[in-house]
Amino acid sequence: MKALEVIRPGMLTTVQDSGRYGYQQYGVPVCGAVDGYAFTVANLLVGNSKGDACLEISLLGPCLRVLGDTVVAVTGADLSPTVNDSPLSMWEAVAVRCGDIISFGEPRTGCRSYLAIAGGIDVPDVMGSRSTYVRSRLGGLHGRPIRSGDSLHTGASRHPFLTGKLPRQYIPEHMAENTLRVILGPQHDRFTEKGIHTFLSSEYTVTAQADRMGCRLEGPPIEHRNGADIVSDGIPPGAVQVPANGLPIVLLADRQTTGGYTKIATVSTVDMPKVAQAQLGDRVRFSEIACSEAHQLLSEYRDTIADIKHYIRSNSQ
Amino acid sequence: MIYETPRFLPGGDSALFVELGDAIDPELNRRVRRMHLAIEAARLTGVVEVVPAYCSLLVYYEPRRTSPEDLVAALGLLSRRAEEQEFPRPMITEVPTSYGGEHGRDLEFVAGHSGLSGEEVVHLHAGRDYLIYMLGFIPGFPYLGGMSPRISTPRLATPRAKIPAGSVGIAGNQTGIYPEESPGGWRLIGRTPLQLFHPDNKPPALLQMGDYVRFLPITDSEFRLISEQLEQGTYRLKQYAFTERVNNEGA
Repeated sequence: MKALEVIRPGMLTTVQDSGRYGYQQYGVPVCGAVDGYAFTVANLLVGNSKGDACLEISLLGPCLRVLGDTVVAVTGADLSPTVNDSPLSMWEAVAVRCGDIISFGEPRTGCRSYLAIAGGIDVPDVMGSRSTYVRSRLGGLHGRPIRSGDSLHTGASRHPFLTGKLPRQYIPEHMAENTLRVILGPQHDRFTEKGIHTFLSSEYTVTAQADRMGCRLEGPPIEHRNGADIVSDGIPPGAVQVPANGLPIVLLADRQTTGGYTKIATVSTVDMPKVAQAQLGDRVRFSEIACSEAHQLLSEYRDTIADIKHYIRSNSQ
Repeated sequence: MIYETPRFLPGGDSALFVELGDAIDPELNRRVRRMHLAIEAARLTGVVEVVPAYCSLLVYYEPRRTSPEDLVAALGLLSRRAEEQEFPRPMITEVPTSYGGEHGRDLEFVAGHSGLSGEEVVHLHAGRDYLIYMLGFIPGFPYLGGMSPRISTPRLATPRAKIPAGSVGIAGNQTGIYPEESPGGWRLIGRTPLQLFHPDNKPPALLQMGDYVRFLPITDSEFRLISEQLEQGTYRLKQYAFTERVNNEGA
């Protein structure tokens, strides 16, 4: 079913789902939505399964024509979304009609917005996922960001969707200063005590070199014991890589599967949406937690998703 | 070196590193591969994906279904038994490669840097079998080991914006093949018409960790012929059981 026509594509708008798993051993990055929370909630709002494909919209959003009556939801960064020039209410299922124009304006807060549409975006399944990996031209819509003139199709949907706005407690507020909880390792022993102290006590600033692969930070250099090179190994999501210049990079969805730089720590899964939405000039600090604490937080995060699901189910039409 | 017992290191709240040593070494790499096969065969509860590398494995897990403690215990047991793991006989893939000219723009530079002629560089490069230590960097990209140190050449100071798919290059004491068009700083000495990665193939990568690669010098017209055959689906890939060459020429 044709659902949306692209009038203007925006800066970088790609089809993403929850990621491509099982192929990292062949060098295929996981990809998927960078902000897993906003992505999941967008899907739930329109009655989709939590892993259905959405549009991930970066900073300067697209202009889209609606080709059939449907329901959409926009979550994540506030990039001034509108329907026919009136503000589109975010974190809410919005009914749109054939011919309506959904557009994005000035980026207000955050970096990445998610537009879910009832039925999910229907592009071919490539190695178990619909996510786009632009670098290798894999997945999504012909392996590339959307372009003017593209039509996006959706699967069938008769699921109910939420009426009214999602309760406030489920809507994250963008903060210019964030603390990212990290688990030290795997190569924290490759840093001096002073280096670890610098990492855990300094403020770092988000630079312009931030994309789907990683977020480069600026601040006090972290001191290595004897160089930044390791024999290449795997890279988990949220890995904080510290190359020879001592400046940390938090690795995200499009990260390479393996790498040869020391990784001082890994950001906890629940704090990854904060990295996903961190804007140029935002500040972050790192604080150490135990793996068991991270698991506790992850379990609370999943309870929250279950609560949201329940709330939507009981307030749907 | 190879550790006596594996080191387990955290990779965040959903992944665990299993380090078997800290070097680039064929025996250590074989152990990694054995361990990978053992983990896959054991179907450990909660393990969702394993990424083997030179001397370690990254084991992704689902924290609702297992704990790092249980995983460490199970993986420790597996590592002690990994030696019993049946090991498939390695295969070798012939990679037809057109050296020099438009396909290998840096062959002359590598020759000059090594104090050799272009032909000697080709002879040294194609005269050895290369172990595929792992795949990574780009989908289907093989990390190859075994290049003659005599043709080691530093990377370009400024990487090229576009390197064609199939390019064979040298970076320091490593050699590799670009599976897709991409930017890169490797010194290009040749190009293969083979396609190293296709999402519809099972597995999607042509070359597999633990197998070997042998470069076979071809002419430009053979390059064109093989390209046509590949397009028509009539090319027969030369892949056979690996036996160690008696003399790695020019070692």
